[in-house]
Amino acid sequence: MPPKGAKASSSAATKSRTSASPSSSSSTQSPLSTLYNSYVDNTPKRLKVIDAFLVFLMLSGMIQFLYCALITNFPFNSFIAGFASTVGQFVLAASLRIQANPENGQTFPKVSPERAFGDFLFGSVILHFFVFNFLG
Amino acid sequence: MSPGASSRGAGTGAGAGTRTAYRLPTLSSEANKNVLSLLRLIIIFLIAGAAVSSRLFAVVRHESIIHEFDPWFNFRATKVLTTDGFYRFWNWFDATAWYPLGRAAGGTAYPGLMVTSGAIYNLFHSLNIPVDIRNICVLLAPAFSGLTAWATYMFTAAMKDDAAGLLAAAFIGIAPGYISRSVAGSYDNEAIAIFLLMMTFYLWIKALKDGSALWGVATALFYFYMVAAWGGYVFITNMIPLHALVLILMGRFSSRLYVSYSSFYALGTLASMQVPFVGFQPVRTSEHMAALGVFGLLQLVAFVELIRSHVPSKQFKLLLVAFVVLVATLAFGALVALTYAGYIAPWTGRFYSLWDTAYAKKHIPIIASVSEHQPPAWPAFFFDLEMLIFLFPVGVFLLFKELRDEHVFVIIYAVMASYFAGVMVRLMLTLTPVVCVSAAIAMSTLLQTYLDPKEPTPLVEGDDDPEDESVLKPTRSAAASRKGADTATASREGTVGSSDSELFRPVSPVFRASSFTSSKFGVFGLDSRFFVTIYSLLLLLVFVLHCTFVTSTAYSSPSVVLASRNADGSQHIIDDFREAYYWLRQNTASDAKVMSWWDYGYQISGMADRPTLVDNNTWNNTHIATVGKAMCSPEDKSYPILQKHDVDYVLIIFGGLLGFSGDDINKYLWMIRIAQGVWPDEVREADYFTPRGEYKIDDGASKTMRDSLLYKMSYYRFNDLFGGRPGMDRVRQTPGPSKSPELEYLDEAFTSENWIVRIYEVKKPDALGRDLPGVKGFESGKRRKRAFALPAAATTKNK
Repeated sequence: MPPKGAKASSSAATKSRTSASPSSSSSTQSPLSTLYNSYVDNTPKRLKVIDAFLVFLMLSGMIQFLYCALITNFPFNSFIAGFASTVGQFVLAASLRIQANPENGQTFPKVSPERAFGDFLFGSVILHFFVFNFLG
Repeated sequence: MSPGASSRGAGTGAGAGTRTAYRLPTLSSEANKNVLSLLRLIIIFLIAGAAVSSRLFAVVRHESIIHEFDPWFNFRATKVLTTDGFYRFWNWFDATAWYPLGRAAGGTAYPGLMVTSGAIYNLFHSLNIPVDIRNICVLLAPAFSGLTAWATYMFTAAMKDDAAGLLAAAFIGIAPGYISRSVAGSYDNEAIAIFLLMMTFYLWIKALKDGSALWGVATALFYFYMVAAWGGYVFITNMIPLHALVLILMGRFSSRLYVSYSSFYALGTLASMQVPFVGFQPVRTSEHMAALGVFGLLQLVAFVELIRSHVPSKQFKLLLVAFVVLVATLAFGALVALTYAGYIAPWTGRFYSLWDTAYAKKHIPIIASVSEHQPPAWPAFFFDLEMLIFLFPVGVFLLFKELRDEHVFVIIYAVMASYFAGVMVRLMLTLTPVVCVSAAIAMSTLLQTYLDPKEPTPLVEGDDDPEDESVLKPTRSAAASRKGADTATASREGTVGSSDSELFRPVSPVFRASSFTSSKFGVFGLDSRFFVTIYSLLLLLVFVLHCTFVTSTAYSSPSVVLASRNADGSQHIIDDFREAYYWLRQNTASDAKVMSWWDYGYQISGMADRPTLVDNNTWNNTHIATVGKAMCSPEDKSYPILQKHDVDYVLIIFGGLLGFSGDDINKYLWMIRIAQGVWPDEVREADYFTPRGEYKIDDGASKTMRDSLLYKMSYYRFNDLFGGRPGMDRVRQTPGPSKSPELEYLDEAFTSENWIVRIYEVKKPDALGRDLPGVKGFESGKRRKRAFALPAAATTKNK
């Protein structure tokens, strides 16, 4: 965090960003709309697909958690299994998103996007094996 | 610096101006690589061989049996697994342990060890190698120590290079700190746990380096295996999050950290909950909350990084940092609140006593009563780790100097494990791997510095340029001047080689070619190289001798048989334990309940195959306190306790005749303390001391002491051995009671050859309804009969 923060503290650092320099963004716009525009403009399509999946997983996990908190947690292992499957799948998909992001290429010298997808499949299979085993 | 790594730079070739202190072999890069991998393979195999063979002292000297107390349960459980199958083992209800209660053994044990040896058993049998399960259990720990050496090699190689890895493997192969828990016959959880610990750590480091979810998942799988194998998995559960947290705080967050930690945590936690004994602990107890907290923090940080890549404004960034701090604080507050509200269990006493070291002694005497839970003295560190203990800080310092992400891990591990080993002797076991790793890093740095054949360029005024071409000329002049001064012929060779172009040797460009950029700093000549190397080799040699000596003398004695030396040097074996256990096995009803102190519970059920009241799995403190109360009460008070628990035999260990110091009289105070914790108004520790506060067993002993059951059982008929005079107790070094105590509710059933194990049978209630002292007085038919009968009758009337 610090190196980036140091870079950004210079006054005209906004333009120096390669990933996020929406030229249309003006200071009058609200930060959220800047965020939204930048996201829509700069994110490749397949990452958006993953993001949609992530949102779905998050919603699914929230619903399960609300059900557990508001109604009952009685088969606690089933709740754990269901919730852990969404969390685990979320995390694995987020890892895939990070690894497949072309901007992170230099962070992952040993992981190509194809390898990342293979890792994702492997992790998901293992995860679901444990989930099914734990559902009870 | 590693030979393997540097050979990659072979093609570039060394500068013609570099000089070497000694001649290097000329090999092509291909041959060099092959030779190195062959050497690595041979060395690893030799280390594994040394690790296995140094653990066989006990088997060679005595026999192939299970040693201590705990392994007997593991062995029995493994037998259940191999004879009845996996599902029966998983749901095994052991009705013979904790007699009235029973124990759901399948759900209250870590099954990793049994499943491992069961799998090996089945593998061998499917290959038509019919090995007895006992031999697999006995030799499991040596076999896994070879694997530990390999895992340590991989781990250290990831930290530094192959050379350090091989040294670390050699260290952990023979270090007594690890051997003490993994000799042949020590069929305990630690036997496989240290391998799994190192393997998990290695995979974690690999996952972090590559940022690969695959290795993160592999870490989780080995973590799962570790959870199934040993209760010490909590160490991993807190080490890896601590590492991640420190990396975040150091500003070293990277996507690699996110990928590796998240995939490890999400899968590892779910996987660890599959072990029945662990159950929901990972979401419900405080020991596991650090991992959860760091997981949440990482999600936040990663999310903020994502947002940051999209939003440029600096105010927004400030906002985000504030957001992270706020949410982290809130989450921590929620955690504390949940803990106080009782949704999350606080630290268990066993772990809490690691922080508050006086806690166990005050509140849970049963934890403090185990000798392994005491803090060690300094000599223990030198005894168990010899020279590694003073190379250890050097290695940590060297890691600090080149602070890569994975080095942070070793440093944290070193600090944490040192603290824990300083609190508890038993945790020396988790310290040993990191000591080996960092000592190997220190030692290999030293050796590499002094074995490196590169000669430094002598400093010439006005020439600070370290480049090869410009250095050639000054080198020649310096070499000429040195030739006269330097008496070491060998070092002259090196200088000649570089100064005279005709005699210039085609120095192999393969070895250490990348390090051949000359510099002002370095080691001149062969003499200093020679002395430092020889000294290091001597240290290593002495280390081997020390390890072998310690292993042979201190850690290779089975506790089941006691060995002593006769005057002529021949060995005398005292085998009282098995004598007594086999007497029980063959001369008592198969459902006869045996009461003993909990130390011997596993051995009785393992060797005598009889139900016991309490055993080494100390899950029910009240039940243990009941046994303690029965042992330290007078006969008439403990007889109802024995009757209510259907006790048929009482077994005690008495070392007074032979000088066996680990007997029940020496453990007596703990029995009293544990009983006092539950019945403070019936059992008082102070009653067992003399008025002057002494713990005595002779005639000066307090009345409570002399009346207590254990005391009577221990010294019953003791004086007969000494012709009626007070016997000499060779453990307490005082005479025993001058008049042997009389037992009224118990009968002596068996006493072993050296009086170490004494077994008493609990008398059945009298058929005529008289109480037992009266019966005894009546049957002895003496004149005193009336004197006995009257108070007895009085007591019956009172009832």
